[in-house]
Amino acid sequence: MTHLDGNSLAGVLSELFRFDPTTASARCAGCGAIDVLARAMVWEGTPGTVVRCASCDNVLATIVESDDKLWLNFSGITAVEVRR
Amino acid sequence: MLSAGPTPHIDTAEWEFSIVPESGEPRTWSWEQLMAEKIEEVTTDIHCVTHWTKLGTTWRGVSLDTLFADVETSQDYVMAHSYGGYTTNVPLDELLNGQAWIAFEFDGEPLDPEHGGPARLIVPHLYFWKSAKWVRSLVMMADDEPGFWEQSGYHIHGDPWKEERYW
Ligand SMILES: [Zn+2]
Repeated sequence: MTHLDGNSLAGVLSELFRFDPTTASARCAGCGAIDVLARAMVWEGTPGTVVRCASCDNVLATIVESDDKLWLNFSGITAVEVRR
Repeated sequence: MLSAGPTPHIDTAEWEFSIVPESGEPRTWSWEQLMAEKIEEVTTDIHCVTHWTKLGTTWRGVSLDTLFADVETSQDYVMAHSYGGYTTNVPLDELLNGQAWIAFEFDGEPLDPEHGGPARLIVPHLYFWKSAKWVRSLVMMADDEPGFWEQSGYHIHGDPWKEERYW
C-alpha cells in the first residue's frame, strides 16, 4: 500500500502544538538522521497512525485518535528543532 | 482493516512460528508442521475498537491449546510478536481453553497479506487489535507489559464487554 507524506499530519498535530510541526526537524532515535517531519513516511489506519523515519524505517511516532482524545507517542524521536 | 505500516509479505516456505517460554528454548513450527496439527473451523463475532462488530466470521486455524500442549511455562503473560515488528500483550489464560487460534483462512480463502496472512493470531473475545496480524512468535513474560499500541493510547487488556478501548 502507498503512504502519505508528513504534511498529512499538519491538522491533527496542530491540536497538540501551536507551531506547524511539519516544518520542525527531528532526530531519529534509530539512526540519528535529522530531517524535517514532512519527509517522514506516514501510514494512516487502524489501530492508529504510524510515522516512520525515511532513512531507516524506525517508528518515530504514533498517533491514536478516539472520539474525544488524541495520544502522541514520540519515543522514536530524540529531539525536535522548531524555528522561532 | 488497514495496516499501519508497510505490509510484510512472507512466503510460507520461509514462514515460521515459535512459542518461547522462560527457558529460552523455543518450540517452532514451519508452515508444513503447522498444517499437520489439528485444524479447527471457528465461527465467531469480531469486535473492532472503532465501534463495529462483524457477526459470524469463519476462520480456519490451529488452537493455541494444541500449540501450547508441549510447552512448559509457569509465566502468566504473553507478548505476541509479528513480522514487521509489531507487538501486542495478552494474558496466557485468555489464549487457552478455546479462546485463541493461529488462523490462516478467513471466510474460506487463504489470509492475504493485507489481512495478516499468511497467518495471524485471533483472540475474538478481545478487541481486534489484539489479534496480531503476521504473527511470528509468542514470548512468555512474568509480568504484563504493554505492546506497541498499548504503549501509545490503547488499553492494556481490551475487553469489548467492558469497553476497554483506551487508557
Ligand atoms: Zn532513522
